[in-house]
Amino acid sequence: MTTFAQAILSGTAQGAIYALLALGFVIIYKATHVISFAQPALMVCGGLFSYHFSAVLGWPFWPSLFIAILLGAALGMVIERLALRPMVGKPVFTLAIITIGVDVVLRVLANRYIGADSRALRYPGGGERYELLGLALSHRQVTIIAVTVITVVSLALFFRYAKAGLAVRATALDQETALAQGVRVGAMFALAWAIAGGLAAIAGTFIATGSGGIEQDTWIIALKALPAIIIGGLDSLQGAVIGGLLVGIVEQVTAVYQAAYLPFLGANFSLVAPYALMLLVLLIRPYGLFGTKEVERV
Amino acid sequence: MLRVSNVEVVYNDVIQVLRGVSLTAEQGRITALLGANGAGKTTLLRALSGLLDIHDGKVTKGEIRLGEQAIHTWNAPKIVSAGLGQVLEGRRVFAEFTVEENLRIGGHTRRGGLSESIDEIYELFPVLAERRRRTAGYLSGGEQQMLAMGRALVAHPEVILLDEPSLGLAPRMVQQVKDLVVRVNQERGTTVLLVEQNAMMALSIASHGYVMEQGKIVMDDEAQNLLNNEDIRDFYLGRGELSTSYRNLKHYKRRKRWLS
Ligand SMILES: Nc1ncnc2c1ncn2[C@@H]1O[C@H](COP(=O)(O)OP(=O)(O)OP(=O)(O)O)[C@@H](O)[C@H]1O
Ligand SMILES: [Mg+2]
Repeated sequence: MTTFAQAILSGTAQGAIYALLALGFVIIYKATHVISFAQPALMVCGGLFSYHFSAVLGWPFWPSLFIAILLGAALGMVIERLALRPMVGKPVFTLAIITIGVDVVLRVLANRYIGADSRALRYPGGGERYELLGLALSHRQVTIIAVTVITVVSLALFFRYAKAGLAVRATALDQETALAQGVRVGAMFALAWAIAGGLAAIAGTFIATGSGGIEQDTWIIALKALPAIIIGGLDSLQGAVIGGLLVGIVEQVTAVYQAAYLPFLGANFSLVAPYALMLLVLLIRPYGLFGTKEVERV
Repeated sequence: MLRVSNVEVVYNDVIQVLRGVSLTAEQGRITALLGANGAGKTTLLRALSGLLDIHDGKVTKGEIRLGEQAIHTWNAPKIVSAGLGQVLEGRRVFAEFTVEENLRIGGHTRRGGLSESIDEIYELFPVLAERRRRTAGYLSGGEQQMLAMGRALVAHPEVILLDEPSLGLAPRMVQQVKDLVVRVNQERGTTVLLVEQNAMMALSIASHGYVMEQGKIVMDDEAQNLLNNEDIRDFYLGRGELSTSYRNLKHYKRRKRWLS
């Protein structure tokens, strides 16, 4: 039982990272109707920003993270302005392909920076562990969960109460009507990308503090956001969070139990488990757990 | 004052819809714009409020002035900020927003004083005050029309464009909408350009009226004279008060050429 609870707890910490990435994806999708495959590059770049300020320039961890969030947001806005704004009105498919192109270009640049080593960020909390009722979480895992909770709550408040948050939601619902209220729709697209870039930077930073740091193929981690989004529903913010957490938990639980109980599925089945869950959800609810029916057609 | 001179509008670079429209909405007055389905009324409003862009339409000729400023090259947010508000055809409330959120977004261009502005709207439309936390999508059609009007008024526009506010409403609601337009016009001094299929309603409160057909203004007179005009009576007022409901009847496709 303790093993199980422990797996869920560790999975939650990992899932929090997926949740941040999934949230960025959903925010872009809702506000601009673009399916963005540039999240992996945004995550890697965000992580490298933190790495550069912290490991290379010697800044403390938290200010480095703060700068990385700002730079990640700026990067998101630049992508939107240069690669996507000129293509407004083009088919969804075309726009998705453009984001893949952006992703590849940015990752090539990032790989130049990374080189052959792993770029690992030293986490300031060190190796401390918190223990409670026989369950243990590292300082880093606790921080990831806390930062994610704070981020998600702030975003929810922003979309509910802030003027710009309301304007992004209005843009998502009906662009023409939003324009008629004086909302600068283009600026809202940029804002959505900025938020996604900032979220990806947080995710990338915490991945950089993990055991592997950031290597050339670390971007693959961001693909976990895809099953998360599909499980949660393409157009649901709470779905993205819950989907992300579920993916992390399923992965961890499978990693812990599968070798003992279902050995014939082979090693590393835990990497595939989120996709198995995704297929299951798709069979039962094609629009995801929290998605709206309409989105199914995309 | 809103002045349109010789405006031509083309969609998708080829479909010409407005062919030289000129019209003036006098300061502080209600001006009615009538016309059959497809005449180009909504297109004219889009040209005024900068919404052609999103429909792949362009003003290819002519000029639009709001007060002293030529606005036909401006984008929608700039025009809204300059004091021109619009209630879109079909109400278009944000269905997932609450009533209050709809009003808040209506005040998007305001700098400060938003809650006072919203309170004024609640005073003008008490029914919205009662339902302020309600999801807008669940309001009745009449309430949604009030909300759409309220939303456009939060920004305190100098000129407001109303695109068929009586569309799909029961006679009692139409009467209420009509009274509200008059109240807004009188209490706030808002200049109103009222597009309507319900000619009776529009002309009874307007001081001046225009009739549009196939992208041209084909008649232009004092509202009172239009009300007494044979052609208008025949085309729009044939069955008196009930003329609203024609809108929704499929068989009502009759077209009449004006001035021919
Ligand atoms: N986005 C568009 N692209 C191409 N043509 C359009 C577009 N929007 C409208 N039109 C055409 O322009 C003409 C005028 O349309 P408009 O909506 O302005 O008429 P209307 O007078 O408002 O009609 P209604 O009373 O039915 O609302 C119609 O023939 C319509 O098909
Ligand atoms: Mg119309």
